[in-house]
Amino acid sequence: MKRTVLCILVTALMGGLVLPAAAAGRGEKEADSTAPVLGLSVSTLNNMFFVTLRDGAQEAARELGVQLLVVDSQDDPTREASNIQDLLQRGVSALLINPTDSDAIAPSVHRANQSGVPVFTIDRGAHGGTVVSHIASDNVAGGSLAAEYLLQKIGGTGEIAELQGIPGTSAARDRGAGFNSVVSGSAHVRLVAAQTANFNRTEGLDVFQNILQAQTNLKGVFAHNDEMILGAIQAAEAAGRARDMIFVGFDAVEDALTAVADGKLHATVAQKPAEMGRLGVITALNYLAGKPVESSIPVDLQLVTAENVDHF
Amino acid sequence: MGIDSTHRRFSWKGALARHSSALIFLFLFACFSLLSGRFLRIGNVVNILEQSSLLAVVAIGITFPIITGGIDLSVGSLVALCGALAAGLVTGHAVPVPLAIAMVLALGALLGGINGFIIVAGRFQPFVVTLATMAITRGATLVYTQGRPISGIPASFTFLGDRVAGIPVSLLILLIILILFQGLLRFTPFGAHLYALGGNEETARLAGISVHWIKIGAYSISGGMAALGGIILTARLWSAQPQAAVGLELQTIAAAVLGGVSLAGGSGGLAGTLLGALLMGTLANGLNLLGISSYLQQVIIGAIFIAAVMLDLWTKERHGESSQGALS
Repeated sequence: MKRTVLCILVTALMGGLVLPAAAAGRGEKEADSTAPVLGLSVSTLNNMFFVTLRDGAQEAARELGVQLLVVDSQDDPTREASNIQDLLQRGVSALLINPTDSDAIAPSVHRANQSGVPVFTIDRGAHGGTVVSHIASDNVAGGSLAAEYLLQKIGGTGEIAELQGIPGTSAARDRGAGFNSVVSGSAHVRLVAAQTANFNRTEGLDVFQNILQAQTNLKGVFAHNDEMILGAIQAAEAAGRARDMIFVGFDAVEDALTAVADGKLHATVAQKPAEMGRLGVITALNYLAGKPVESSIPVDLQLVTAENVDHF
Repeated sequence: MGIDSTHRRFSWKGALARHSSALIFLFLFACFSLLSGRFLRIGNVVNILEQSSLLAVVAIGITFPIITGGIDLSVGSLVALCGALAAGLVTGHAVPVPLAIAMVLALGALLGGINGFIIVAGRFQPFVVTLATMAITRGATLVYTQGRPISGIPASFTFLGDRVAGIPVSLLILLIILILFQGLLRFTPFGAHLYALGGNEETARLAGISVHWIKIGAYSISGGMAALGGIILTARLWSAQPQAAVGLELQTIAAAVLGGVSLAGGSGGLAGTLLGALLMGTLANGLNLLGISSYLQQVIIGAIFIAAVMLDLWTKERHGESSQGALS
């Protein structure tokens, strides 16, 4: 008897979980059946940058009165492929994709092409299939911007380190290329350590701890994203060497802006993720309305330092 | 001890006890069908089968070590390594596709067998050994790929992740695997010995079963199926990703447990594991179609997992089956 009651409770619990959530989802769907429905696949919503990107896209969608369905790949290309299949099954009018990987996204873009759904890539591109527009920051220019600032702050001489992003991602490649083009042009600055910390704060901490052990004369460090530089700052603080160094990050996420305001982080390069999301939605709607759109839509970058951090 | 030690007359309660995950599956299917007009369409059902087939193939493999009372945490990394090696062989070395597939499957089975060998030779806990090989295999994948994806896979390989006449090839592979290994479990001494060993290793040993070889065999199958998973994944993504299938081992274990396979060993079967994998695929697909936020999805999936396991346990107890396995 007791167990029968428990079984009923379990079933009720499951129903209780699925039904209200589903009802919420359904209400949204039926809000306006004539307006186009856009699908947005985000590489991970476990990173503030992409959460901000999604927020920007959602805000634009709300303003323009279209429905935006968001799916989260959780950095897993397999999940991403399934999610995009599900969005196509739901019948979206256009797909905005922020890929986990430029190679792995190719079959999904191809599938969307076959279904006749236009594809727009955001932040990372696609190495295959037909994409209408690619919306991204000019990462090479951003890397150069960071290098110029770092070199100026250390007085144009000394040893520096670089924390690289996930190898093979275009963001890591381009930011590294821009950074290194400036550094290699400087006769008195030596890049003594360049290692990957996979865009991850914990790895940034660990990797930089090791670099600190090996390199005793470091004057500055550039990381391909803020998560890694924040980890590096923690490592340097623990080693009592944070005051002797210049830290430059990339992305200007919330935590990094706080760190800049607190004087812990010297500079970060601001991408504008919210702007990327917004431009993604606007570009897709323009295209659906039959207006001409550019195949490459660059999004501005800006250096954030203590002087201008209040504006972000 | 065995899978069907309780068949007397057919009883609904008995059927329910053995297939409570099927009940949950039907319940979810009904919910999603009612709530989303796009769920119960043939195209979407095929989507679910295609999306679940990779998980199902690897989960069928991992069911073997679990039946012995062990675990294999290395399958996720092995999927990545074998997927990368397959990609490397067909692109860089221009090895013919069938040969490359055979080589990678053999390597997967070998690496799995090495897991089993270390476990029996050193009397180590499978959790510890496969935790170590999980790290080693992931590291080897990163070394081999230099952290970069391998692309440029020829169409003769990517067709394994494609569809033929509307039917996903990966689904056909899954069906073949299922029939093959179901036969192995039901109709060979290996299958009977596997359950005997999982039920009580000491008794099995005294009965003259060569428990060491059975275990090594179980881990070989797990490794081989992970390799097959890697091949399917590379074909599906048209590229091999060094960070592919991170955490897949946990999903496969979840699929097996959802399907009523006991982590204590000695019970459970492939049909259950398959159902568990389909249940997970259906959940992910249905929640996406309903447009439910991805944060909330994880909460719902976790809650349904607990509910399913509780239901499984209670129906088994109620039916008077030994619940020792599920409890300990």
